[in-house]
Amino acid sequence: MGIEKLLFYVFAATAVLASLGVIGSRNPVRAALFLVLAFVATAGIWLLLQAEFLGIVLILVYVGAVMVLFLFVIMMLDINLTPLREGFTRYLPLGAVVAVVVLAEMSLVLNPQFFGLEHFPSPVALAAGDSNTKMLGQLLFTEYLYAFELAAVLLLLAIVAAIVLTLRRRKQGEVLYQDIGAQVRVQAADRLTMVKMPAVVAVKEDNKKESDDE
Amino acid sequence: MDMMLHILAPELLLLASSMALLVGDTFWEKRYPALTFQLALVSLVMIVGVILATFSTESVQLFNGGFIRDGVADVLKVSMLLMTVVVFVFARDYLLVRGIERGEYYVMGMISLLGMMVLASAYDMVSLFMGLEIMSLALYAMIAMHKNSSTAVEAAIKYFVLGAMATGLLLYGMSLIYGVVGSLRLDQIYQAVSIAEPTLVLSMGLVFVIVGLSFKFGIAPFHMWVPDVYHGSPTGITIFLAAAPKIAAFALMFRLLIEGLESTIVEWQSLLIILAVVSLLVGNIVAIAQTNLKRILAYSAISHMGFVLMGFIAGNIDGYAAAMFYVVIYGLMSIGAFGVILALSRHGFEADNIADLAGLGRRNPLMALIMLVLLLSMAGVPPLVGFYAKLVILTQLVEVGMVSLAVFAVVMSIIGAFYYLRVIKAMYFDEPAADMMDAGFATVSLRYGLMMVGALVLVLGILPNGMLSLFAQVMMY
Repeated sequence: MGIEKLLFYVFAATAVLASLGVIGSRNPVRAALFLVLAFVATAGIWLLLQAEFLGIVLILVYVGAVMVLFLFVIMMLDINLTPLREGFTRYLPLGAVVAVVVLAEMSLVLNPQFFGLEHFPSPVALAAGDSNTKMLGQLLFTEYLYAFELAAVLLLLAIVAAIVLTLRRRKQGEVLYQDIGAQVRVQAADRLTMVKMPAVVAVKEDNKKESDDE
Repeated sequence: MDMMLHILAPELLLLASSMALLVGDTFWEKRYPALTFQLALVSLVMIVGVILATFSTESVQLFNGGFIRDGVADVLKVSMLLMTVVVFVFARDYLLVRGIERGEYYVMGMISLLGMMVLASAYDMVSLFMGLEIMSLALYAMIAMHKNSSTAVEAAIKYFVLGAMATGLLLYGMSLIYGVVGSLRLDQIYQAVSIAEPTLVLSMGLVFVIVGLSFKFGIAPFHMWVPDVYHGSPTGITIFLAAAPKIAAFALMFRLLIEGLESTIVEWQSLLIILAVVSLLVGNIVAIAQTNLKRILAYSAISHMGFVLMGFIAGNIDGYAAAMFYVVIYGLMSIGAFGVILALSRHGFEADNIADLAGLGRRNPLMALIMLVLLLSMAGVPPLVGFYAKLVILTQLVEVGMVSLAVFAVVMSIIGAFYYLRVIKAMYFDEPAADMMDAGFATVSLRYGLMMVGALVLVLGILPNGMLSLFAQVMMY
């Protein structure tokens, strides 16, 4: 058994066990960390397939960014898990039946009879200098340019949708914003009210008396 | 390069104008609140003009087959664009009254429309998928925009979760088909599939693809989200959901099943027959128990989609043209019906129960008449276009020898006529409740728009041949 095969089995076993850990662990933080482990193992498999760019991106984007955010959210939300686990036994038989059916269907189809080496020969080993990144880039900007641009539209739409759904514009007066234009434009008449009053005010008689008594 | 730009012009213009409106709206939102709405209409109408000016039945491919411009795509795009124009006009007042009219509604509507147009002219599985996702994501967000309404948020979450699952199924099916064929392009899939013997993997991929499609189409037994989403969304957004996305779903099904996998027709035909039968049953029988008008229209959508499937089942060009005719006509009728609900609603009153329409014939004869025409057309009563749409589908079915399916569809339509008639009875024969006011709040544009939709349903019913032969012609190429 070559070292590559050994590494593949190690990574694959780690990925499967970690995935089981994701759905099996009671603590959500631990489940998220198992997911990180599954991603790392998958990145290892990518590397074995000579797709080093994808492997690195998986680590950087998923492990580095997405999962960290995810952990933040889990820790901030302080989810109470007991209501989530209610009904587990009630739905277990149905879920088990569905799982068995799906497993049977998949093993019927995804087996060496259809996807064996005679149908899909193992990929040719690339020369030492070949860059996976360059190859991907060339494909993205030639053959899949249209889909690439559409993906950009999709991401932009996601940003717009996220802002629309979360931005809550407060009512005027509820929160105070600085409007520099208004501050510059303001005239004295807007802020100050000039009140006309007689310059000399006659002092009333009783007031005068009181002050005399003292 | 010149060649490319004029072929892509509709999509490019739509993208550019929605981006411009997105940025511009933040500047002029306070000073000219109606400007985004007006500019959105102007740009949509302009794009229709561009498509009509460069219309041809020849098919041109771009981007290694990622994009195709042919007659089918153009016809579908024009009908989607026009429907979106009408929807924007109809929905504006409703949204204004409820304080959810914002520039982003139009921008997201336009981006969703861009996704539908991408779907209509996608020629490989990647762009099909991207178009579908752009369309759906915008729809989820549009429903959830009414943040203060718990039903809208619930509808958005249901739609989002089920839609994501449907996308997953569709993608899984696509990956299996890719595993067999080794290509994402529909023409290469077509060639590879017609030569190769059908394998188990291909059938499995086909099943997954059809299940995913049925979710998106709202076909029973994958219809559970349709009534809840139609009912829960604000009516001004339901009207958008009910029209153009159905045409996009037709485009998706046409591209995948006909242009990609037509040679496996024996395999998908029987599947579609089951789906169509179940849809007709559920759509027509469950609707009888409903008292909410929006839910009734949702179930009616399910049964109408069953009819669209029967056009595919016929399995020839005339059948596909009939299905296309049906889906466009359905979009027109549902815009009209939801438009009437919009016209009757006012602040704090949705007008979406049958009881809310009681005595409408006396309170507002015009709206009652338009609703009467639309409901009779949906039920398939002769001089109206809904009858003709059903007729062409059934003719095709009988011609290919599926008489029993056609008879079943007719029986189901008769059962379905019951609930349309129940609404009509409420409008003309029920006494309105004592506290009901006059129902005349609709804006001028909404009133005239509804009158035009009603007139169109009548005129197309009398003279359907021009549109139908156009559809059959673009299908030929």
